[in-house]
Amino acid sequence: MSDINELSFEKAYEELEDIISKLESGDLPLEESVTLFERGRQLSEHCQTLLDKAELRVSQLTADGRVEPL
Amino acid sequence: MADAYSIAELTTYIREMFEVNENLQDVWVQGEVSNMRRASSGHWYFTLKDADAQLKCVMWRTSTARQTVTPDDGDEIMAHGYIGVYDSQGVYQLYADSIRAVGAGDLYRQFELLKAKLEAEGLFAPERKRPIPTFPRRIGIVTSPEAAAFQDMQNVLRRRFPLAEIILSPTLVQGADAPPRIVTAIERLNEHAEPDVILVCRGGGSIEDLWAFNDERVARAIAASRVPVITGVGHETDFTIADFVSDLRAPTPSAAAELATPDSAELALGLRDLSDTLHGLIDDKLATLKYNVTASRRTLGHVAPASRIRNFRQRVDDYNVRLAVLQTGTLVRWRERLAARTSALNAADPRSILKRGYAIVYRSEDMERLDKAAGTKAGVGITIQFHDGELKARVEDKDSHERYKRTLF
Repeated sequence: MSDINELSFEKAYEELEDIISKLESGDLPLEESVTLFERGRQLSEHCQTLLDKAELRVSQLTADGRVEPL
Repeated sequence: MADAYSIAELTTYIREMFEVNENLQDVWVQGEVSNMRRASSGHWYFTLKDADAQLKCVMWRTSTARQTVTPDDGDEIMAHGYIGVYDSQGVYQLYADSIRAVGAGDLYRQFELLKAKLEAEGLFAPERKRPIPTFPRRIGIVTSPEAAAFQDMQNVLRRRFPLAEIILSPTLVQGADAPPRIVTAIERLNEHAEPDVILVCRGGGSIEDLWAFNDERVARAIAASRVPVITGVGHETDFTIADFVSDLRAPTPSAAAELATPDSAELALGLRDLSDTLHGLIDDKLATLKYNVTASRRTLGHVAPASRIRNFRQRVDDYNVRLAVLQTGTLVRWRERLAARTSALNAADPRSILKRGYAIVYRSEDMERLDKAAGTKAGVGITIQFHDGELKARVEDKDSHERYKRTLF
């Protein structure tokens, strides 16, 4: 599994939804459930942190195709 | 050095030049209506235009009341009146007193022709429309950096989804030079910025102001974009060719920004729901397991040796009770049976038979009971038992006895 802090919001959110549907399907051994839960909790926190800290970045595309801050 | 005119003097001079020119005091002019404004005072203000020039027009309430035609933007009309100068704004304009309709406006004809052509090519087909990504990381914006619309869009994006990065591809959005610039701006984003979605936007304005978005080159650039395009041009009622070609049409630039992004407030709520669900699931899981453990422990208790012993002990106790009951019953039965046998035995007691007058005969020498006459010869000593005692006798032959019936001695 990839490092949570490197995940984009989208990826983290998707994985969180995946984990929940896995847990919802039941049948998992306890240890796996607890591991999944712990990862889900961290993903949820990561998403929340991303939302809380996000600041809109605005840049401009120059005529020669460079992206520079506006 | 000559004295300078004041503005008012010069303007009056210009106005008088118009007023003395008879050609300008009684004139018909033809063009397409735009910027039509019907003031609450009853006056009409509009612009007449063709491809190369435009003319401001005003029609006072006294004239508007008499018109059979009420022109709208895009209508081709002929207007009659005189040319005068509006001093305070320094503009010349047509003071119209009469209007005639002249078929559909030229711009509208162009619009309809291009629309029909592109539609026939399938550029508006619903199956061409690509889905807009839910979580755009990079949003390309094609608009004018100076426009209020760009600020509005930034505000919307900052509020809704500040996780996104905005890449502005600046362009003119108005005038004859605008279409090729818009095309370049779209292409440049596709080539260099790899956005997840492109917003092609312009704030509200007159139909001429928005005309660049009815340009065929712009329409084709949108259709050719590798990245999905949302258009937000003008106001809600404005439909441009660009809107028909794009993957999604937004009524305004701000609305385009909204359609391009999820709402982070909703996301936060969704996140909380997911988190709650997650905790609920693990709690349920643990509760189920805990319950199972308890149930198992209970089952285990039932099969444990200690309890089996207790169980057996109880069963032994039970058996004992049942045995006691059985025994009691058996004794009673035996007692009854014994009583029956005793009475049967009593009934069979030979002495009771003897009492009724029978006697038993034994051979005295061996006390063998004799049960028949044959076999016992004369002279054999016999014992005759009665109920009250015995008689000792000797068997005689029949003849001697017949002879000596009487008792001897």
